[in-house]
Amino acid sequence: MDITRRRLLLLLPAAAVAWEFVRAGTPEIAPNYKTSEHWWGMLIDITECIGCGSCVRACAQENDVPEGYFRTWIERYHVTDYAIERPQVESPNGGKDGFPLDQEFSGKNFFVPKLCNHCADSPCTQVCPVGATFVSPDGVVLVDKNYCLGCRYCVQACPYGCRFINPKTNTADKCTLCYHRITKGLTTACAEVCPTGARQLADLKNPKDPIHEYLRTHSVQILKPHMATGAKVFYNGMDGSVR
Amino acid sequence: MFKDIEHLLRLAGVIVIALVAFVLLRAAVVPKSFGQYGHYRGDAIAEVAARPIAHAGHAVCEGCHTDVVDQKKLGRHAGLHCEVCHGPQARHADDPASVKPPLPDTAVICARCHEANSAKPRSFPQVASADHSGGLACNTCHQPHRPKIEDQAKPATGAKR
Repeated sequence: MDITRRRLLLLLPAAAVAWEFVRAGTPEIAPNYKTSEHWWGMLIDITECIGCGSCVRACAQENDVPEGYFRTWIERYHVTDYAIERPQVESPNGGKDGFPLDQEFSGKNFFVPKLCNHCADSPCTQVCPVGATFVSPDGVVLVDKNYCLGCRYCVQACPYGCRFINPKTNTADKCTLCYHRITKGLTTACAEVCPTGARQLADLKNPKDPIHEYLRTHSVQILKPHMATGAKVFYNGMDGSVR
Repeated sequence: MFKDIEHLLRLAGVIVIALVAFVLLRAAVVPKSFGQYGHYRGDAIAEVAARPIAHAGHAVCEGCHTDVVDQKKLGRHAGLHCEVCHGPQARHADDPASVKPPLPDTAVICARCHEANSAKPRSFPQVASADHSGGLACNTCHQPHRPKIEDQAKPATGAKR
């Protein structure tokens, strides 16, 4: 059959509907949860973080993270007046036990909580030779631990240092943005226990999510924007020295 | 025209057998859901999501402990969820009768947030606990659900601070 312009124009909307159907997916993760309706990210307000380590402890308990490994951790930055470009950064036991008292510094001190940035164009998923790590249809970077070889390519590729090899399973491990919680309508464990609300789960596809208003009215940054990873962990009030 | 093609047919046969063997082997080895959404196993998403939860979430806590919620919303700790201090309680929420959560130690819990540190935001209430209490447990004076001492004198039905 020959395709006339009229026929093509009639076919295009039908094809669009069919494509939308394909993208919506079939498996039922939880009732009423559709992967195509969400695009997850996180908002971190550095001006609110008190470095209590609640998020690190909650993450370890929620996800069985082995001692000495971290899916999320807190860094304490100390920026002196004479070396603004070279801040001193420390994270004793990931900030799990809080931060030890220190002498009063002259410069600027603050806490920076870190976790997987759940990049839309993530370098870690691109290097996996077997397809064991991927960006889910709702924007969460996950690891298929039954398929992972433990080759460590992704651990090297992550520019944020968010991955590790789990010593129990010998496979790559990382923050799942509490995928088992957010698919059931709960927030992440770290956001649940953050006493000051410095961490907020954000659904970028939900037009009613307060994240949209927040991104419009605050000068929010992401980590390493020059790497074009499409990071979805947004930081408010971040000092320029944070890497 | 094709007089001596037997050797070519034999070669073609080998190629066809190899192709069939490859297709069969691939079907046997590659998981069914591989490529469902992309270059990965589609079932992995549901597997990650199937993990049991450890933190019940404040909505579940507030379903039963309404007395604490009423007290808490009058004080400075109104915005804090229960599991910040009490730890993960999904097991307690599933079976409140037999799983009893331990009482948190205020000397440890309070200091995690309120011990003075130059990196904390200036507006956040901080104390050097050694000077502030001299080793006394925090809940000797402060009631953790409603920590400000003046607050506790007022009746629980009073207006917000």
